[in-house]
Amino acid sequence: MSPAISIQRLVKRYDSGHVALHGIDLEIQAGEIFALLGPNGAGKSTLINIVCGIVTPTEGRVLAGGRDVVREYRAARALIGLVPQELATDNYESVWATVKFSRGLYGRSPNPRFLESLLDALSLADKRDARIMTLSGGMKRRVMIAKALAHEPQILFLDEPTAGVDVELRRDMWALVRRLRDQGVTIVLTTHYIEEAEQMADRIGVIDRGSLVLVEDKRTLIDQLGERQLRLVLRRPLDAIPAGLADLGLELRERGDELVFTYDATRAIDVSALLRRLTDLSIEIADMQTRQSSLEEIFVKLVGRRS
Amino acid sequence: MSAPLPRPAPFTPPRFNGHGVLAIYRFELARAARTLIQSLVTPVITTSLYFIVFGSAIGTRMKSVGGVPYGAFIVPGLMMLTLFTESIANASFGIFYPKFTGTIFELLSAPISPLETVLGYVGAAATKSVAIGAIILGTSSLFVPISILHPVAMVALLLLTATTFSLFGFIVGIWAKGWEQIQIIPALIMTPLTFLGGAFYSIDMLPRPWRTLSLFNPVVYLINAFRWSFYGASDVDIRISVAFTLGFLAVCSAAIAGIFRTGYRLKN
Ligand SMILES: Nc1ncnc2c1ncn2[C@@H]1O[C@H](COP(=O)(O)OP(=O)(O)OP(=O)(O)O)[C@@H](O)[C@H]1O
Ligand SMILES: [Mg+2]
Repeated sequence: MSPAISIQRLVKRYDSGHVALHGIDLEIQAGEIFALLGPNGAGKSTLINIVCGIVTPTEGRVLAGGRDVVREYRAARALIGLVPQELATDNYESVWATVKFSRGLYGRSPNPRFLESLLDALSLADKRDARIMTLSGGMKRRVMIAKALAHEPQILFLDEPTAGVDVELRRDMWALVRRLRDQGVTIVLTTHYIEEAEQMADRIGVIDRGSLVLVEDKRTLIDQLGERQLRLVLRRPLDAIPAGLADLGLELRERGDELVFTYDATRAIDVSALLRRLTDLSIEIADMQTRQSSLEEIFVKLVGRRS
Repeated sequence: MSAPLPRPAPFTPPRFNGHGVLAIYRFELARAARTLIQSLVTPVITTSLYFIVFGSAIGTRMKSVGGVPYGAFIVPGLMMLTLFTESIANASFGIFYPKFTGTIFELLSAPISPLETVLGYVGAAATKSVAIGAIILGTSSLFVPISILHPVAMVALLLLTATTFSLFGFIVGIWAKGWEQIQIIPALIMTPLTFLGGAFYSIDMLPRPWRTLSLFNPVVYLINAFRWSFYGASDVDIRISVAFTLGFLAVCSAAIAGIFRTGYRLKN
């Protein structure tokens, strides 16, 4: 099967002279959920906006469904739906009017049944005739999604779908993304949160200062990067790690005041079992902390490994 | 969010995105419909005021112009004046507004060509200004008797002018970076040109230097051609008028083609 999106040696230099993308190569497979992860200003939106036709590429090319997004823009764009990073809606319009407009704009014949079931699926059915300005931010975001799906695209781009969204809506969003994938829609989303990428994506691409640092299967990535630490502050310092705990690969730090246990997804830990074993050995614990690799650490690690 | 999501059906976009043109056209007219009262009442009131001031107060002291009663003489100029301002205002607002709110992203990412986009926006703007022109004509006929000698030419000139100035307005809307700039072109250029363009007088009434100077004002030609379609008389050769309008239309079209080719103030 040909990839849903094929990005080849893509360079973007803005008029300001700033180079936002330094030769990106990326293929996104049909039917997958791909998360583009990266800090502010990494170039995530620039990349998405070029694929969708909002920003002009400086060099390189992009194919959607095998069609060049610049030269065969009609065929390419018909396949794509976009929910941009900024909530931009026509506040004076009704939900129905704006969704109908989107479908027409993309050249599709009217299909009220489809649009109604779309609004239903997004829990917007009762807001059908409401003016957009009367909706909450979360609702507006759903309207944006409904607009992006109104022309029945095969590929959906979600630029930070969960920025400024509460926990409940975030979960809704994740569920929605999975349901879309189940309907055969290819999904590309951007996020700052590694947790979110973990939750949703099949594959993850990390972009930093305009370059793709890595593209990896989610499972592989989590196994490699999802490092956690459990720090146990001891009431009485130890001279050495007791023989009874040798199998756990613990580390003794701070002149014997702390036991540090480092683990990741491949070595899941049963904390209560660990504590029981410590109690059995009469090791008393004054305090404990867990720590997870931050996104920055992961970036540092990645960049270090690649260069 | 639990109702089943409808499965997307693939489709091949047509060579001409008629649905897209229609979507823009309807959307733009729907906005006018939301402000229907303003859209209709304002021109009716303004026209009535012009008649009270120019038609009744001054007009009674004026002889007829070239055999046409003064009140009737000003009707074509009044219509043109409104046509210019409405066309520019409607079209510039139409394209500036999505730039302002950010909804322009949808237009830029849709499978719609520049020509189709322009058809939608300019078509809607021209439709609105022609409708308002018709309202002014209707209101005027309540005050003065109006005859239209060349109705076909009159409608053709109406459409041509509305289209040309809507195209011009579209360019203004793309060029504008703020609301002030939207206002400035009509206020700074169109209003003076129109007032000095013989909307309320025949340029034959002017003393020499002013009369000659007026011949450099393109609006003089537009108003005179339009007045000719009503009363059969014109201060200037109407072929020049038509040629000028077509020339301006061509310039605006070329400018718009250039805007879309380079993405000027639309894309980064
Ligand atoms: N129109 C523009 N002109 C000049 N520079 C721009 C423009 N748009 C973006 N940039 C710059 O390009 C870089 C990439 O921006 P982009 O919006 O793609 O980042 P991002 O990864 O989406 O960031 P965020 O997570 O904050 O949304 C940034 O340094 C930004 O300042
Ligand atoms: Mg962004």
